[in-house]
Amino acid sequence: MKMNGGQALMKALENEGVDILFGLPGGAILPVYDPLLDSSIRHVLVRHEQGAGHMAEGYAHATGQPGVAMVTSGPAATNIVTPLCDAYMDSIPMVVVTGQVPYAAIGTDAFQECDTTGITMAVTKHNYLVSEAADIPQVIHDAFHIATTGRPGPVLVDIPKDIVDPNNPRSALDWYTPQGHDLPGYNPNLSGDPEQIRQAAKLICAAERPVLYTGGGILKARAAEALRELAELTGIFVVTTLMNRGGFPDEHPLCLGMPGMHGNYTAVTAMQEADLLIALGARFDDRVTGKVDGFAPQAKVIHVDIDSAELGKVRRPDVAIQGDCRLVIEDLLQVLRADGGVDTQPDRSQWRTRISGWQERFPLTYKQSKPDELLKMQYVLEQLRDSTPDDTIVASGVGQHQMWTSQYWKFNHPYTWVNSGGLGTMGFAIPAAIGAKAGRPDRMVWAVDGDGCFQMTAQELVTATTEGFPIKVALMNNAYLGMVRQWQEMFYEERYSEVYLDRDVPDYKKWAEALGCVGIRVESPEEVQPAIDKANEVDDRPVVVEFRCEAEENVFPMVPSGKTNSEVVVDPSQQDRPR
Amino acid sequence: MSSRVSRHRGADTTTLVVHVENKAGVLARVAGLFARRGFNIESLAVAPTDDERFSRLTIVVGVSSAPMEQVVKQLDKLVNVVEIQELNPASSIERELMMATVRAEPEIRGQILDLVRIFQATVLNVGQDEIMVSLTGSLNRVDDFEDLLRPYGIVDVQRTGKVALPKLSKTTPDPLISN
Ligand SMILES: Cc1ncc(C[n+]2csc(CCOP(=O)(O)OP(=O)(O)O)c2C)c(N)n1
Ligand SMILES: [Mg+2]
Repeated sequence: MKMNGGQALMKALENEGVDILFGLPGGAILPVYDPLLDSSIRHVLVRHEQGAGHMAEGYAHATGQPGVAMVTSGPAATNIVTPLCDAYMDSIPMVVVTGQVPYAAIGTDAFQECDTTGITMAVTKHNYLVSEAADIPQVIHDAFHIATTGRPGPVLVDIPKDIVDPNNPRSALDWYTPQGHDLPGYNPNLSGDPEQIRQAAKLICAAERPVLYTGGGILKARAAEALRELAELTGIFVVTTLMNRGGFPDEHPLCLGMPGMHGNYTAVTAMQEADLLIALGARFDDRVTGKVDGFAPQAKVIHVDIDSAELGKVRRPDVAIQGDCRLVIEDLLQVLRADGGVDTQPDRSQWRTRISGWQERFPLTYKQSKPDELLKMQYVLEQLRDSTPDDTIVASGVGQHQMWTSQYWKFNHPYTWVNSGGLGTMGFAIPAAIGAKAGRPDRMVWAVDGDGCFQMTAQELVTATTEGFPIKVALMNNAYLGMVRQWQEMFYEERYSEVYLDRDVPDYKKWAEALGCVGIRVESPEEVQPAIDKANEVDDRPVVVEFRCEAEENVFPMVPSGKTNSEVVVDPSQQDRPR
Repeated sequence: MSSRVSRHRGADTTTLVVHVENKAGVLARVAGLFARRGFNIESLAVAPTDDERFSRLTIVVGVSSAPMEQVVKQLDKLVNVVEIQELNPASSIERELMMATVRAEPEIRGQILDLVRIFQATVLNVGQDEIMVSLTGSLNRVDDFEDLLRPYGIVDVQRTGKVALPKLSKTTPDPLISN
């Protein structure tokens, strides 16, 4: 079938099952926006290309399907670099199509030319500069394959204008349906080595203080069910990192919650005191390990990861298993059951007692605000958690509000937590929530955002309004870049440098209304519940609830950077308790 | 500057032979990976293989910069990298080509020609006061030759960086010009 490159691109995207595209047109990508009109794919017109990228990420987080964004060349391509890096750090499957100046003009500093593949090489799993129209079907097919298999990640496809422009003879091609992939250097290996899996089973059956240290790889591998079976079969406690919140139910008796810099005391300490860490799809990030030299000093390590480069990158494992988490856990379950190995596990009642002791002495805690004080974010989050459906999707920004959301929410379902972990991108929440809502229109979607974060991407609420994505935003106005303020208080002798935002400017309620949303302002605890109820009732447009929160509240527990996890600082009210 | 000393002798290096797809930008991908992960490249030689779809890179990596296992695994993640071999000097044949232009006033030209003869090097070009020579050999041998030329005044020198192939399984005697 004869067609032009733009038509081929749309057809190729349709063939990959793409049903929604987040983007914004411009000169170089114009020829592709024309066949878009004839396509079955829905396009969501964003207000800033960063928004398109985070929406594609949010969509991928919530659905497991690759998110797709399309933007023009030059400044649009540079605007989407942050989401690419974010997706790269958090292994999010995403395909980004960028326009480029005509092939012959590349290298001439043409209008809106930038070296997009050069700039994004370090923040993509792979990228392509397509030189011929005839390559488009195959490159798109390969791009989705690479983005979604192995360790998922973002793939960028840069398309020069001439190969999609129907007025240019270089855009003509004969459509073909790609048959497979010619990628001799790309063969992701999925199943783990049986001998290593047997070794892992042995260590598990001998361990007295084991902990399942589970990361984002669980969700990527769709291994939540398998993980639950493993935990229940062995009775081993589970910690869920920031990237795996929801990968194991918070309300499960074996769940210890989030470890790390702002993890809860029990999760942090159980890992620190463990004699075996079973790391599943986790990468020993510095925010989890604290000072690496002092991390879990007595623990042997079983490390399962799809990316062999993670095995031994930070901590040398005793048993290293390269493979897909779900397949490896399933194999491990078989071995554990077959040998009757589970029955030989030592008595761990002492370990359980220690753990429940920590849980009793060091629960998450905060003091409710006094009558003249503003709200405590923790209180708002508890109310929000308790008055939303169990399968609500929560997206968050980056800062104190993020840590409190992760701490106080009860995640009982996979794919309900949409978050920027590795890159820590302020401004992620709103566009990511929109992407999640686009992927799961049946779900209630709340974005929990900081006032600093909100100001970075609030314009996407226009997209939410006009495109019909009725998300809800809990805007935590503490008048500060709160997390930075906390560090300055604790580590810079309360010398506050450039962290005060402004309590009243902007007027968030008016701003929300101007963006087409319902705007609500809440200042006292008794207003919280009614405001949430009101927000939950609105379903025809987005809602922004501004919660006016105390500025001086700090996130605890906290492992100060550079310290070991044994030096975790607990809430001031718990400091005298025996550890 | 330490460049007065032979650069290769005793340096803590490992040689990787990397087969890559012959695609635009692949060298930038490899070089970029080394840069952003903080791995050191001591030398790098690139050329197409007999199969035009692939090129072969011989990379000498400073091993102090990172565990070799990480270097190899990260390289392997590049989609265009097809195969990586870590070459052990004991089981491979390594060669480097050097071209050098050396001061050679007529009175001392004979001494340089002596060195050329001893090393079985080649004279490529002769000028009024200068001579251009070349030598292919093991890295040590090339180092030795360069060290001995240096006192005469090296005007220009270009070394290709190491290239290497694994020794054959039924080992033939090493070629005449060997370590
Ligand atoms: C794009 C970006 N810039 C800067 C930072 C550094 N940073 C981390 S948290 C934070 C403060 C966030 O403030 P806010 O959104 O108000 O959240 P809060 O901590 O007050 O809850 C900053 C500036 C970042 N993570 N991302
Ligand atoms: Mg704030």
